[in-house]
Amino acid sequence: MNRHVKINSARTLAQAHFRTLRLGTPFQPRIDALALTNDWYNWAGYRAPHSLWDEELEYFAIRSQAALFDISPMTKYRIEGPDAEAYLDRVTLRDVTRLKPGRVHYTAWCDDEGFVLDDGTLFRLSPTRFRLCSQERHLPWLLDSAIGYEVSVEEETEAVAGLALQGPTSFAILRHAGFAGVERLKIFDLAEFAHDGAAVTISRTGFTGDLGYELFVPADNALSLWDRLMAAGELRGIRAIGYTALNGARLEAGLIVANADFTTAEHAIRADRLRMPDEIGLGFMIDPDKGHFNGRRAIFEARAKKKLRHVLVGLEIEGNIPAEHAIVYCKKSREVGLVSAAMWSPMAKRNVAIASLQRPYGDTVVDDLWVEIYAMRELQYQKLMKRAKVVPRPFIKLDRRTANPPADF
Amino acid sequence: MTSSNLNWDAIVIGGGHNGLVAAATLAKSGRKVLLLEAGNEVGGAARTEEFAPGFRVSSVAHLLNRLHPDVVKTLELERHGLKIERGDFVPSVALSKDGPLVLHGAYGEALTGASPSEQSAWRDLRAQLLRYAGVLKPFLSRRPPDLAGMSLAEMTGLGQTALALKKLGKEDMRDFLRILLMNVYDLLDEQLSDDRLKGLLAFDATLGSHLGPRSPTSLLGLYYRLAGEIGGLAGAQIQPKGGMGAVVAAIRSAAEKAGVSIRQASPVANVIVETGRVVGVLTQDGEALRAKSVVSAINPATTILDLVGPREVDTGFMRKVKNIRMKGDAAKLHLALDRPPQFAGVDDAGHEGRLVIAPSPDHVERAFNPSKYGAFSPEPVMEITLPSLADPSLAPSGACVLSAVVQYAPYALREGWAAGKPRFLEAIMAQLEAYAPGIGATVRHAELLTPADLEARYRMPGGHWHHGELQADQMLMSRPVSGWSGYDTPLEGLFLAGAGSHPGGGISGAPGLNAARRIIAMRA
Repeated sequence: MNRHVKINSARTLAQAHFRTLRLGTPFQPRIDALALTNDWYNWAGYRAPHSLWDEELEYFAIRSQAALFDISPMTKYRIEGPDAEAYLDRVTLRDVTRLKPGRVHYTAWCDDEGFVLDDGTLFRLSPTRFRLCSQERHLPWLLDSAIGYEVSVEEETEAVAGLALQGPTSFAILRHAGFAGVERLKIFDLAEFAHDGAAVTISRTGFTGDLGYELFVPADNALSLWDRLMAAGELRGIRAIGYTALNGARLEAGLIVANADFTTAEHAIRADRLRMPDEIGLGFMIDPDKGHFNGRRAIFEARAKKKLRHVLVGLEIEGNIPAEHAIVYCKKSREVGLVSAAMWSPMAKRNVAIASLQRPYGDTVVDDLWVEIYAMRELQYQKLMKRAKVVPRPFIKLDRRTANPPADF
Repeated sequence: MTSSNLNWDAIVIGGGHNGLVAAATLAKSGRKVLLLEAGNEVGGAARTEEFAPGFRVSSVAHLLNRLHPDVVKTLELERHGLKIERGDFVPSVALSKDGPLVLHGAYGEALTGASPSEQSAWRDLRAQLLRYAGVLKPFLSRRPPDLAGMSLAEMTGLGQTALALKKLGKEDMRDFLRILLMNVYDLLDEQLSDDRLKGLLAFDATLGSHLGPRSPTSLLGLYYRLAGEIGGLAGAQIQPKGGMGAVVAAIRSAAEKAGVSIRQASPVANVIVETGRVVGVLTQDGEALRAKSVVSAINPATTILDLVGPREVDTGFMRKVKNIRMKGDAAKLHLALDRPPQFAGVDDAGHEGRLVIAPSPDHVERAFNPSKYGAFSPEPVMEITLPSLADPSLAPSGACVLSAVVQYAPYALREGWAAGKPRFLEAIMAQLEAYAPGIGATVRHAELLTPADLEARYRMPGGHWHHGELQADQMLMSRPVSGWSGYDTPLEGLFLAGAGSHPGGGISGAPGLNAARRIIAMRA
């Protein structure tokens, strides 16, 4: 048989999201009702809030109460079949054979040249069923990768609604909402719970570095889940939040965002914007003892030939002015990189940033680094040259994130 | 001694002529080489086979016009029974209702049957085409330029090409660049006026491709043909005595002399990969054979998709391999005839040559049109040989073998070849009858090999004799796929050496030779 299978219209149909210019999520009626600021942005084709009422108070809801964040726009794939494990082991960087059913891990995947296509979380729902969550859409890549494997790959972004419930009282809310057994979930565990005649998958995961959970539910049961959590959370300070607050929390946790802290390979237009895992702090995912995976040859060749040209670092910057998108200098003169995310961290009480530097700066040369901050002050830039120090990520470490059992309130 | 205990330096998969050339070349360099052929005999698409009692024929390739001189020299094929003499060159006859036109010698050193002005125009065009094909010719015996990292030798090679271009002179160089990607139809219209000559050239340019004369870049096919040589003369052609199997027999003899172990009826189940490195093969009988290098001289897609499988290669590479276009558009016809046919107006020498039914470039284009939409040509074009005239051993006494390559016969025929084959044979026979009246009544047996048959019988996916369309986007550094054109693959220790690799198909041995040279150079 000749193997020239033409790409069929089924693929087009499976990616109909672009036909609606700005989709609403299954939680939209609730979010719209709470959106006092009407501060929307486009998250992967969905209408998503930057903030709902006050971004600073929303941030503190994450750290002091419980924050409810709609993650439905996150791209989700259902990957199922006897070869699902082998398939994902070939597609993604980390060793999937070591991911047990009922567990989640953070991973990334690369093209043939070893450049990162995206990062995301992989949920092992059963020995043969997975959910892969990511920033960008990847259906053609995932389907082409499935050639030769007994596995099905389905886009389920629209069919499955997602919520992140993050913050110190998040466990208490779930418990009081009646999710019996949720106290048994350790960090990166997942389990299914009954809800409204359907099943909700709850995992102890999140993007905040705090105690928190993520909940996935069929879109039809989304609103009742929202209401259930809001009711249980009323006395525990639950607040719906927008992305600005979450973005601050994730930066404190030292987590990176695709197409914010690095450019994904399929989006990069300029050849020098492509990044290997080692260049964005994801080198730890690569296991030399694991079998073949996409990009393996290129990644090990780059390591052996010392072809890695960039490094992603955490910076601590003097002062309290956020250095967002500031240029990083060595000896105040030589341009060596760029800050991709920055904030004054209320938790760390430090001025922190994530930056991409050109090696050897940030790698073997870490002294005498500076950032140039352009602070706009009433239609005039105040240029500040501030000393920067390479520091480890995360910038904050909260014991409650991993505490067992989690605190009840 | 069981050979599984042996460690081979190289295992060559596929005993087609390229596999044999690669194996022989590697063995001559002192390597211990095992060649595994899936079929019951070696030769691949270059065999002489009996298709009717007492009738034998070159089963796919039937004319020798590009066996690379380096192959002949490296393997000392003349010492192994390959004889090529100038007297063996056969003419090309353009058949036409207006009487035939004949290209004599090496691709029309002399032209008969045309007007004096056309003869003069042909002299000029022939010289020009050979000059330009000559610029490209050195590429045949080299790795394609490696864009990622070129060695000094490769740079020098490219430099020589630049120099050859420069040596053409300013006007000629400009014209070379102007016409390089032209379609053959328009170029012929610029320079010639005789439809018979133009039809023949249009046919040759598109032979074996899914292209019509008016398709962009169709001139490249003619360059490919003219970059080939035999007996030291570009464009020449011979009908090997004993059929193409005799050429393979000479290569096989050279391989065995060099110490190659050949195992027939030994299909490979898969290539064995250990931590990113190919270390051997597993035969379908379940025997694991280990080697330092594995050289696959079969189809590149079969090699990667079936023998290696997706688990050991990257998605992007798989995608590229899957996207290699290889849907054949040519069929092969074998007729067992009671007596030699008489093509109208053709002399004895012509009958021993190559007879082409392609009376005009428009005719070729019209024959091509239906194939774009999954239908065969109702009035197909074809090249015909009568090999038993020069070699009576191929047919019973007094009888005759006819061998023809017929276009266009799309692999994915809409009605399916089960239904289409008898109807296509009818269309072919109607054409033959028009040029050789009475031939139909003398047919004792007819064997028509559609691309579907070629695929099944010769393990050529898509029934494509080049193992991948030979068009601009699948040539040089894009053959078999971009990024991996230098005979190596993303898998260390695995090499590709078949027609699917640069420079392409035809009985040249060049891919096999180049691949072997690459392996030798890497380990040197």
